[in-house]
Amino acid sequence: MAILTAKELSVGYEGSSVLNGINFEINAGDYFCIVGENGSGKTTLMKTILGLQTPISGEFNFSEGLLKNEIGYLPQQSDVQRDFPASVFEIVLSGCQNGLGKKFFYSKEQKELALQNIKRMGIAQLKNRCYRELSGGQQQRVLLARALCATKRVLLLDEPVAGLDPQVTAEMYELIKQLNDDGLTIIMISHDIDNITNYATKIFNVNTLAVEEKKEVQSC
Amino acid sequence: MLDTLMLYLTFPFVRYALIVGVLIALCSSLLGVTLVLKRYSYIGDGLSHVAFGALSIATVLNLTNSMLIVLPLTILAAILLLSKGKNAKVKGDAAIAMISVGALAFGYMIMNLFPTSSNVSGDVCTTLFGSTSILTLTNTEVWVCGILAIVVLVIFVLFYNRIFAVTFDEDFANAVGTKVKLYNLLIATVIAIIIVIAMNLVGSLLISALVIFPALSAMSVFKSFRAVTVFSAVASVICAFFGIIVSILVGTPVGSTIVTADVILYIGCLIVGKIKG
Repeated sequence: MAILTAKELSVGYEGSSVLNGINFEINAGDYFCIVGENGSGKTTLMKTILGLQTPISGEFNFSEGLLKNEIGYLPQQSDVQRDFPASVFEIVLSGCQNGLGKKFFYSKEQKELALQNIKRMGIAQLKNRCYRELSGGQQQRVLLARALCATKRVLLLDEPVAGLDPQVTAEMYELIKQLNDDGLTIIMISHDIDNITNYATKIFNVNTLAVEEKKEVQSC
Repeated sequence: MLDTLMLYLTFPFVRYALIVGVLIALCSSLLGVTLVLKRYSYIGDGLSHVAFGALSIATVLNLTNSMLIVLPLTILAAILLLSKGKNAKVKGDAAIAMISVGALAFGYMIMNLFPTSSNVSGDVCTTLFGSTSILTLTNTEVWVCGILAIVVLVIFVLFYNRIFAVTFDEDFANAVGTKVKLYNLLIATVIAIIIVIAMNLVGSLLISALVIFPALSAMSVFKSFRAVTVFSAVASVICAFFGIIVSILVGTPVGSTIVTADVILYIGCLIVGKIKG
């Protein structure tokens, strides 16, 4: 069952499109990868999927009533974050912001959820450490834990392994694979095509606009 | 020295100055971290010059309560500057510089064209550096400042989690459905209120110090957002308190004394931070 479909979608910003004729379908449980060179419009496509930008033309639908608060997002890091004075726990907890509703403060359950996700990412010992003092791989785990607080169904990742060394990259991929096995739908941007083919069930190439599907994972 | 202080404290206007000064210092420090991290350190300066321009209009119009015109105009400028954000044609610092010097020139011109007293340069100096204005507040002004400070405090505490979320990662907040625009608007409004009331304490040229120094001091020592926020609030209050006391005893200008205290604190924190590693 498709949870997300794009039909003849054009994406871009300020009225001019950078990518045209996008067609794809993402099913629940997919590991969907968007690949392409830098500057080819991958991030713009991701931002359109997230609703941060409106599509230029074409159709783009969430089905099965996928709600805003069922999407988790791992953005690329910004300059602001690199010197931000915040503890790991504070950042992960902020992933629960879509569950705040009309309340002002986080509930006990939400704090518990944040703790669980910190443990799930294997960074429990860093809970009270300052974010800006962590290594690149650790920071990505923190942001991943935050994204997990925001979602139970769909996780979008923008270049999750950018700037990480090979070993940490491998660990990161294993971690994401684990999440996919746990039932999360993964939508990921990457230009690391070599590694991606080992994990992804569907690969969407921005340059050719073709979707490559792997047969063996079709069982679900 | 203590006797002189006690004697001064028997005057109600000194007590008011102390209470209002501390309240203003407290809330001006709260959003410092957010502004520093969003690269808006200079917005205090820009907005205070707008407030200066607005104040000169109010003075010329002979309004009894200048807040009526200063507050809305400053809030408007804050919203214009902050809400545009990344997509503005004129980017952050340039926009601030433009509005800031424009308003300053306009205000000074108005004050010279329609002088309300014989000592224009004295008036201008008071508005720019605050000199003794905190001690000469009328009863109404004290109440207005006090109430606004408390409003800012309550808003900050209630929206603490959302302000953190929007400051740390706007894109993520947007993606998961937080109303980022609304909260940026709220932050802009609160900053404008802070600037307007802080003008009474340190004058419009020194406001940035009140906003930025406590936050920078705290950031060089502490490692969680909560600790940074709490420490910068406490530090700001202490600096304002001793700054006012010293200025009463020694007769130095209130604003610059407080800012000097803030600078000393910052240097102290920097050293402590280096030692702690």
